[in-house]
Amino acid sequence: MTAQTMPAQPAEDTTQRPLPWQRMAGVIWRQHRFALVSVVALLGAIAVYLWILGSSLHNAYAAAVACHPVGSPACQDAVNNFNGIGNFLSNDIIVQVLPAAIGAFVGAPLLAREMETGTFRYTWTQGFGRWRWALAKLAALGLAVTVAAELFSLVLGWYYQPYFNTGNYALALNEMSPFNSGLFDLGRVTFAAWTLAAFAIGALAGMLIRRVVPAIAVTLAVYAGLAFAVGGFLREHYLTPLVTTSLNLPGSAWVLGQWWTRGGVTLSQATMVQVMDPIFARKIPAVPSGDVHLFKQEALASSMQYLTKHGYTYWTRYQPGSRFWPFQWIEGGWLLALSVLLIAATIWLVRRRAA
Amino acid sequence: MNVVETNGLGKRYGGTWALRECTLSVPAGHVTALVGPNGAGKTTLLNLAVGLAAPSAGGVTVLGGAPAGSPAALDGIAFVAQDTPLYKNLSVADMIYVTRQLNRRFDQQYAHARLAQLGIPPKRKAGKLSGGQQAQLALTLALARRPRLLVLDEPVAMLDPIARHDFMATVQAAAAADGVSVLLSSHVLTELERVASYLVLLARGQVRLVGQVSDLLATSRQASLEELALSYLRETPAEVAK
Repeated sequence: MTAQTMPAQPAEDTTQRPLPWQRMAGVIWRQHRFALVSVVALLGAIAVYLWILGSSLHNAYAAAVACHPVGSPACQDAVNNFNGIGNFLSNDIIVQVLPAAIGAFVGAPLLAREMETGTFRYTWTQGFGRWRWALAKLAALGLAVTVAAELFSLVLGWYYQPYFNTGNYALALNEMSPFNSGLFDLGRVTFAAWTLAAFAIGALAGMLIRRVVPAIAVTLAVYAGLAFAVGGFLREHYLTPLVTTSLNLPGSAWVLGQWWTRGGVTLSQATMVQVMDPIFARKIPAVPSGDVHLFKQEALASSMQYLTKHGYTYWTRYQPGSRFWPFQWIEGGWLLALSVLLIAATIWLVRRRAA
Repeated sequence: MNVVETNGLGKRYGGTWALRECTLSVPAGHVTALVGPNGAGKTTLLNLAVGLAAPSAGGVTVLGGAPAGSPAALDGIAFVAQDTPLYKNLSVADMIYVTRQLNRRFDQQYAHARLAQLGIPPKRKAGKLSGGQQAQLALTLALARRPRLLVLDEPVAMLDPIARHDFMATVQAAAAADGVSVLLSSHVLTELERVASYLVLLARGQVRLVGQVSDLLATSRQASLEELALSYLRETPAEVAK
């Protein structure tokens, strides 16, 4: 066999600038096109499905709102029709899982696969330099998944919009607080921020664990733990809650706690049941059993009014609906800071790690 | 100029030293064989020289004084790691593209011509190539970077005899025609016999012997590189016993 020879080497340039960042664009595309196309296809498919479901939801909502006269059997049907629309998105678990899935399947293998297959020995000895290589990959792919998530969250926001309209309650239409623990992290700011955070968690887990499958599992577990802790404990403390004695809280408010007092003394749940039951029984009229839940609401409201007129005070600790956007930005802000920190730690590990 | 120069170089993994008190110079213009039994510290020394690992003690410079792993070092050294890791799901053409993008110099014409000569189709996935073809692809990518130093870690360990011969012929041609300095490790001594002109012998994490093969053979009066290496390796347990 004859081996081909090469032309002579050029003279060494001693003052060399680093290779330009844009060299990585084509490299990233060739190596991650499958992951990127998969993310876009997955989000795109769900977005189309959301659009189809959302169209009928919006139509049902428009019909219920436009119906006259309110309370007529036809309008009752329109209201029930809207309230009855339930699909897999009603418990939004599928959508909740998306940021974690993107983080686990794009972020976690990014470095774990290099370590597992040994290709880091090839990549980290090329002229581009290993920490610059890691920074280019993490920044570009992090940005890509964040933008994809942001576009997807526009569709999500549109889909849920009818439920957030104030005034639904007066029309007996379902109304949800945008603070609803399953909905808040699907917001315009938070959905993309959680996706980026999941990606960053995955990247760091991959670099620490160095194996793809365990890194994916750890990413999912850490993400779930973080999302649970934030939704269950941290979020309500972003701003000091308000306290009111009003009985008419808008449906957009995020109620954190409610209790009765009388003469400055807080009353226990058991005491209040004893006080309330006879009053409630008096207020609730004899009605056909099918419609009973509507009358229950009214009976409850008038029981509570009766109590407040007789020396009882009903306290509510809550976050008002007007704080939705500040809360979105607070959560988005600290998630972004966390992601930057995790990515910086990952790059530091790439730079420092011995083979 | 020395392509690799170490001074009291040591590397510890956990509590054990993979390499200790290593002081040596590898001059330019040679095919240098890094020889020693399994676990002698060959891979550790090469990882330190290409900047993949950081020393626990001492220091290592390359290409006449550049710190290992520095931008100048990365530009001038091409490394083919053990088992020739490639991105298995990328095509041969994509591997060429990626390597070109990641390096200041890349001779694409050379790469394509050599792969055509070897009969490696550009559209095939790297993972679908035979072991010998994968090794040749990794070597071609390394040589197309036009390195001043080519570092190969156990390049032929996984190859069949014909692939071994072809691989070493390519290395030898690059060294002879283009003046590339080569540092390669192996525990298969017979492969190095024809090509190596400089020898570094490692055992148990320490340097046993360094020098030009012709000088070493003359002074030791051993007939071949293999016998020379074996005679030194056999002494090692005795020394330890002392």
